[in-house]
Parts: sequence; C-alpha cells; structure tokens
Amino acid sequence: MNSMSVDTLSVVVERDLPYPPEKIWRALTQPHLIEEWLMKGDFQPEMGHRFSLRADWGSVNCEVRAIEPGKALSYTWDTKDLRSIVTWTLFPSETGTRLRMEQTGFKPEQQPYYRGAHAGWPKFLDAMERVLRERN
Amino acid sequence: MARDSQTLLFKALADPTRRAIFENLCRDGEQTVAALTARARISQPAVSKHLVVLKQAGLVKDRPDGRHNHYSAEPAPLKSIIDWSGEMTRFWDARFVALEDLLKRMDQ
Repeated sequence: MNSMSVDTLSVVVERDLPYPPEKIWRALTQPHLIEEWLMKGDFQPEMGHRFSLRADWGSVNCEVRAIEPGKALSYTWDTKDLRSIVTWTLFPSETGTRLRMEQTGFKPEQQPYYRGAHAGWPKFLDAMERVLRERN
Repeated sequence: MARDSQTLLFKALADPTRRAIFENLCRDGEQTVAALTARARISQPAVSKHLVVLKQAGLVKDRPDGRHNHYSAEPAPLKSIIDWSGEMTRFWDARFVALEDLLKRMDQ
C-alpha cells in the first residue's frame, strides 16, 4: 500500500501473466490495443498528455501522471462522479509478469469529509463491509 | 441517494467518536445511551448529541422503552460508500479478463 491509501479508498487488482513486461506494456500503451481490452481513446505515452477514454456507458477524462516504460504507468481517471488515479505496475517474474492495477480516489462529494477524517476511514469501511456481509 | 442525505451521512461519519459509537452499535446490537456512555470517554449528554446526528443521517434508530431509549444501527446507507470500490473491482476484473484475451491473440 502506498501512502495515498491512508486517506483514500483504493481498489487493487493483481494478476500473474505468462508474458514478458514488454508485451504487456504495449497492450497498456498503444491506442489500438487499449481499445481492445479497456476503452477507445487517444492515449500517448507522454507526461502530462490529456486523453479521454470512451465506452457506451460514458467517458473517462485522463491525464498521464507518471510513466516509466516497461515498469509503471499512472494516469488520472475522472468521471462524472469519481476523481481517481489509476496506477499500473509491472513486476518481472519467473513465469512472466505480475501486473498490478491500483485505483485510488473519491467521489467528489466524499472528498472534504475524508480529508478531515484522515486515517480512520479505510479501517472503518473495512469493518463496516464485514458487518454488512455478515448481516446479509 | 439524494445529495442532501449523502452530505448528512458523510458529516455524521466524519467524526471519529461518532464512527466509534456507530461501530459499537453495529457490532454489539441495540444499546441504551448509558451503556454507550460507559464505553465512550465522553459524557452522556455528548453521546446523546452524537446519537441525534447519527439518527438524522439515517444511521441509527431508537426504540423508547419506559425511561430508556434503546439505540440500534442502520448500516444500509453505508452501502453507497462501499459500493464504488465493489463496482470498480468488478470493472477492472472484467478488463483484466479482456486484457488476458488480447495478450493471447497478440503476435499470433
């Protein structure tokens, strides 16, 4: 967990893939490939590049925040009701690559309250999620 | 959920003492103000004030019983907060499946 997750919500998805990082990097950064698995958009692997991703359900506004070819890529991921950052990290492994996606962010109306409340939120929400699961 | 009720919900939960009271009620079920006060490090009137805020946000309901009010948690409004991470996890899980499918097809 990075320091941001202390006062934001975050979602992490991780997979071991039987391919070298270079191949996965291409799928993450070439628009005609991005379109095939994520959404249609005009991504360019340049710091500060603004682009949008579109699908039938709507669009996402993005800006490249960090880029380290073959290793890491981070962009903002803003929709009508979500301000967040998506970070991809590629770790070479014996069998290929461990690919990690972490999205951290807020719904805009939640932001001031999270900011004021600091570290208690994620722990609290984890506890509440368990309570809700047990009740169902 | 309406914007106003969402704001009440977040205001109510922005305070760590109120979160602790709410968490107690979720974990241990219905309790009186006296029982909640015994577990908090604040006075009974202060606990009562927090309960009013939680009640306005729809997170707590009370049941009068003689001289005592019994309070219990209503965690349902919290679902809207928890839901986005669940939604996004499902979204990315599906995208990862599509990505693996693409990687299989690349260079063939």
